[in-house]
Amino acid sequence: MKLFKRSEFVIAAILLFAMIVIGLINPAFWQLDNIFSLLRSNVIVGIMALGVLIIMISGGIDVSFPAFAVAAMYLTVKGMIYLGYDGVILPFIAAATMGMLFGCLNAFFVYKFRMIPLIVTLGTGSMVRGFLLGIVGTSMININKMPDALIDFAKTEVISMTKPDGTHFGLTAMVLIYVGLAIIVHLVLRYTMIGRSVYALGGDEEAAKRVGFDVRKTIFFIYCFAGMLAGFGGLLHSGMIWLANPRDFVGLELDVIAAVVLGGASIFGGRGSVLGTMLGVFMLVMVKNSLIIMKVETTWQRVVVGIVIVIATAMTAWRDRKRNV
Amino acid sequence: MSPSGQRLALPFSHQLLNSQTPGSSMSEAFIELRSIGKQFLGLRALDDVSLTINKGEIHCLAGENGSGKSTLIKIISGVYQPTEGEIIIEGEKVENLSPIESVNRAIQVIYQDFSLFGNLTVAENLALNTELRAKTKLVNWRRVRKLAHEALERLGVDIDLDAEVESLPTSSKQLVAIARALMSDAKLIIMDEPTTALTGKEVETLFRIVRDIQSRGIAILFVSHKMREMLDISERLTVIRNGAKVAEGPTSEFDEASVIRHMTGLDIQIEPFRRARPDASEMPRLKVQGLCLAGDYQDIDMTLHSGEIVGLSGLLGSGRTELALSLFGMLPPESGTVEVDGKPIALQSVQDAIAEGIAYVPEDRLSEGLFMTQSIKRNIIATSLETLAKGGIIDIQRVDRVADETIASMQIATPSAEKQVGELSGGNAQRVVLGRWLLTDAKVLILNGPTVGVDVGSKAEIHKKIRELVDNHGLAVLMISDDVLELAQNCSRVILMHRGRFVDELEGDAIIEDVISDQLKSFT
Repeated sequence: MKLFKRSEFVIAAILLFAMIVIGLINPAFWQLDNIFSLLRSNVIVGIMALGVLIIMISGGIDVSFPAFAVAAMYLTVKGMIYLGYDGVILPFIAAATMGMLFGCLNAFFVYKFRMIPLIVTLGTGSMVRGFLLGIVGTSMININKMPDALIDFAKTEVISMTKPDGTHFGLTAMVLIYVGLAIIVHLVLRYTMIGRSVYALGGDEEAAKRVGFDVRKTIFFIYCFAGMLAGFGGLLHSGMIWLANPRDFVGLELDVIAAVVLGGASIFGGRGSVLGTMLGVFMLVMVKNSLIIMKVETTWQRVVVGIVIVIATAMTAWRDRKRNV
Repeated sequence: MSPSGQRLALPFSHQLLNSQTPGSSMSEAFIELRSIGKQFLGLRALDDVSLTINKGEIHCLAGENGSGKSTLIKIISGVYQPTEGEIIIEGEKVENLSPIESVNRAIQVIYQDFSLFGNLTVAENLALNTELRAKTKLVNWRRVRKLAHEALERLGVDIDLDAEVESLPTSSKQLVAIARALMSDAKLIIMDEPTTALTGKEVETLFRIVRDIQSRGIAILFVSHKMREMLDISERLTVIRNGAKVAEGPTSEFDEASVIRHMTGLDIQIEPFRRARPDASEMPRLKVQGLCLAGDYQDIDMTLHSGEIVGLSGLLGSGRTELALSLFGMLPPESGTVEVDGKPIALQSVQDAIAEGIAYVPEDRLSEGLFMTQSIKRNIIATSLETLAKGGIIDIQRVDRVADETIASMQIATPSAEKQVGELSGGNAQRVVLGRWLLTDAKVLILNGPTVGVDVGSKAEIHKKIRELVDNHGLAVLMISDDVLELAQNCSRVILMHRGRFVDELEGDAIIEDVISDQLKSFT
């Protein structure tokens, strides 16, 4: 019985239902190449969503991560070109570290000045984006200049197949990175004291202090970790699309927050799970992907994402309120 | 600060063996506060307060809201440092008692809000302290469950370990909080207003547990302003008023009147309010017949006459609050009729109820009844805006006049009508709510827990006010309360409700405190 009451189960059921409906409207949906491309689109949104999930469990919210991601990505790629470096591991470490430092900035303001996370991250996000475009540059780095190592790395596939007509398709290995990160986040949240402190903080900050949690450590961990994921995801994104665009990721925060809320995380904090978030991400990506297939304009896609956020938030808010009665 | 975890957690049975029988350890002090003084920015919160709590005794700290009780607790728990005086714990003078040091000295506080995590399971709530003290980095869920299971076993209670704390009733939350405090091998447990949210039966269970804890040699400081409970449970009593100790001694030397006198500094005489049964031919103010709402209450018949205060009691979940909400139009009934002054009325919304002269003062007036950040004036006129407005425009001068009149007639202690309601004391805030309803020409006043969280002095004042309203305005009052004494003092009839039905009605001299509590306890 418990299984059916869990929000993950409900989300999975809705997801399955939606997949069947979409499959009926568009039989091509179930074709392997479509599923593979869907999974591919999950990677970046998913990695960012893991960071936002941690922040939302703690009772905060983050709208700065797209700016952090784009800054870490653009600076790293620029650096690689400048130095003529053509490796993979070091750049990812660099991007993740940059993201982490930006995250530290959020944590500092949230902890030190007890500021509302929404305002803090609106501000830092805007500043980082502004500095990037104003100081570092606005020009895109195209395929001809992109470091080959990054592109080759992102081209790795776990499954490679050929269609009857001879075209090639496959499942990108980046999915494994996403799943790996998800497992790590899950383990951290579930089996470490710092992970539990995130839930405790989101449940009741005063009680968390009284029971002896180091709230400062928790806040810094949360925002730095989310920043790290953003930086890492940013660089991975550029490798996957063969392009480093300093104006990238605009509006991504809405998609990611929608996915996390869709995955059952509470906007009031204290609740949320990695599995739920992954399902939420899949659902959101699938809906957007279907809209594209149905040739719905981008403008209207934004409307759909907006509706998804409102409905999902209303549902989780209703659930949490019912629990409190 | 000494490193935590230095005190080894002994299994409970060892402690039992080591501790002396409660009888012989009685006189041995666990903690002594000597001439404690505390100043906040020149404001004196505590002045020369001494308090000794012996090992294994139940000690009561009594005082009205704002008397300095909380400050004293915070000094014992290390949250505040005293400005003067010294603290001696188990014969050793402690300088700069910090929260961690206090915990290491085996002092545990159970706060009024329990400080539990609603979003986490019972098991995790119980185990968190131990895990944090052991400075573990990883969570071993099997150990968490084992720790929690042991903790509940010690207390002898059975609560689902996997339930989220939020989903538990208040009484179970409290048990979890107590179990958590016991886990740390506490020698002194401070309970801050532990009975506030409990029903009579739950209070009894709590007392049984408190006595059980005591029998293990653990001292308990019971902080309260509820007279009867304090006299029931404690062995010694300390009363503080305005930051100074005014009385102390064995509880047997006190009675209700003397504690009230010490707490308030006033001699409050409470005469029971009795009314002759109204003439049956007289038109009732409120007549309810066959009111039903499936799942909440059934077949409710009730008449209230002008000038009458009728009590309604029952355990939480008896349907009494739902009935009150239905009469106020917030929870429309499924069937049955309601008449006010002989006129049948439809109760589909709060507006209907107000228009027909039914007023409701909710249980939690602070969150349900008042706009805490708004002025007294705005709060007073909130329900009568329509009568104060001409063609949609509010007549400001009339509003000022009406507000001033209400403040005067309700004797609300405030320098100005512009003061925020949030800054008023509980008793004064309650008067704002009552005054507001008078303006609506209420005929029937439903009071739900009218003096919950109000101190003794203000309580008597509020009762006086309600009686005046009944006498001078011909109101009919339905008083819903858990406070048996309150019902006995004010009501000419008391209706007992159980599982959605009226099961008994006491009248006249039959309304005796003990009779009502015995009745309530017989419900399960």
